[in-house]
Amino acid sequence: MQTTVSNREFTTALSDPDSPAPEGIRGPNRKKSANRFDIYRNNVVVGLIDALGEIFPAVARLVGEQFFQDMARLYIRANPPNSPLLFRYGRSMPDFLAKFEPVAHLAYLPDVARMELAWLDAFHAADTSCFSAADLGTVPQSELDDLRLTQHPATRVIRSRWAAASIVSATRSGASLADINPTAPEDGLVTRPGHDVQLRRLLPGAATFLQSLIDGARLADAAEAAGRDNAEFDLPLAIRVMLEAGAFSLRGEEV
Amino acid sequence: MPDTPRPTQNSYGGAAIPPRAGAGLKTAHVDAILSDSYRIGFLEVHAENYMGDGGPPHRALGAIREKFPLSVHGVGLSIGGEGRLDETHVARLKKVVDRYEPGLVSEHLAWSTHDNSYYNDLLPVPYDEATLARVCRHIEQVQEALGRQILLENPSTYVQFDQSTMSETDFIRQIAVRTGCGLLLDINNVFVSATNHGYEPLAYLEDFPLGRVQEIHLAGHAPDVDDEGDVILIDSHDRPVDDRVWGLYEVVTGRIGPIPTLIEWDADIPEWTILRKEAMMADRILEASAGPDTSLRQRAARG
Repeated sequence: MQTTVSNREFTTALSDPDSPAPEGIRGPNRKKSANRFDIYRNNVVVGLIDALGEIFPAVARLVGEQFFQDMARLYIRANPPNSPLLFRYGRSMPDFLAKFEPVAHLAYLPDVARMELAWLDAFHAADTSCFSAADLGTVPQSELDDLRLTQHPATRVIRSRWAAASIVSATRSGASLADINPTAPEDGLVTRPGHDVQLRRLLPGAATFLQSLIDGARLADAAEAAGRDNAEFDLPLAIRVMLEAGAFSLRGEEV
Repeated sequence: MPDTPRPTQNSYGGAAIPPRAGAGLKTAHVDAILSDSYRIGFLEVHAENYMGDGGPPHRALGAIREKFPLSVHGVGLSIGGEGRLDETHVARLKKVVDRYEPGLVSEHLAWSTHDNSYYNDLLPVPYDEATLARVCRHIEQVQEALGRQILLENPSTYVQFDQSTMSETDFIRQIAVRTGCGLLLDINNVFVSATNHGYEPLAYLEDFPLGRVQEIHLAGHAPDVDDEGDVILIDSHDRPVDDRVWGLYEVVTGRIGPIPTLIEWDADIPEWTILRKEAMMADRILEASAGPDTSLRQRAARG
């Protein structure tokens, strides 16, 4: 009787580089299958390493290409993808980096990865128009305090104990990292106001302001929360940044 | 081989794919393609790259779709897998197809998903009755969901299964007959598999149901060695089409006439001009395969 190979047997061997190719698989004329089966193993892993490299270019540049590839290999074994949509892969990378001993000295790395995931989410987010300065101009003065806004699908606020936003911006643009103090806490805002994704550093309190609005707060309450969070909070400037960045899409329901 | 008339691929709407050279669409090439005086016959995209909600990928594809016929090529359905098709993924494919109304939709005779894990490659299937029945069920399910015919692509493979009871060409013919799907003939895959398994590519093509082919794929491959130190070819899509593959292409187009032909280049992607050179080569062979009468008629029609 011929040996049959189930998908389970095939994938078990595929995922373990030390295991032999499954019984029942061979080359022509009874040729051996070890190198041949390795081609599939290699295709799977190299394809996923490339995918992770595209999702996390800043992480890759920070740790070096070769190190990134070796690390990605370990990540892939522990966290295989569960969707054919590779732009959804790598969600657990920040947690993986936080626990990965060889990069423990790069404490900002998990936040850099988090920001790169936000960037990718923004890249693929749904298309809708942004709430603009002109839109704000149509709101009567008397209703400004009660204004509620709806988050644009691309918008993400990321708070970091590290200079993650500056590091991602510099790394992605190929700029020098020399002038960045990695231990300066930074908040980042990812948006897609026109065609392209933008990442900006937020001024003190602005993250609280924007996150409160995203969570459905009234404009006045969001401003108050931001002021409580940081005495330097500058409301007019925060509103300008919010409009420039296209952080919101439509006016929400006024309650 | 009989030169049976091919069914029109466009019976379900969408701009028909002309019998010309096309290219796999790469983001880096979009602007060059749109501004090029050479008009590529069509463009083909991997469906999975357009399964996000919006953003730059859809904007670029929308601009391309306005100017060029489009073909959608799925890489993630896992039609050859043991498990049920992922209905969520079928629905995503339908969304892409409904949105862009491509002239052709194709997928692979391969699998990539098992037990909720995705293996980022086109894995081989055994050619036996149980697999045949399953693949046919899956293709019928996809065709029903999409409301249109799909094309199935012959694989490039590196191993064989002891349990196989029929040839790859028989297996593929049976699928086409039972499901009514069309076929996508990847001639580089034919050459790669023939080399890897020690048979003649021309013999394979003799056995292949060419009358059901609605599209051809061409790509480059990379040499490696097997366990015995003999040459084995990897379907790498990272270089120009091999001369021997061009030769087989001339044979096939000589028999079945002009047919939409895609140049695939997915790794170490070159400038658009290099890819265009490959497409122009395919265009020349396609023109030659049309014969002098046809080109005269075309000239007359152009007036």
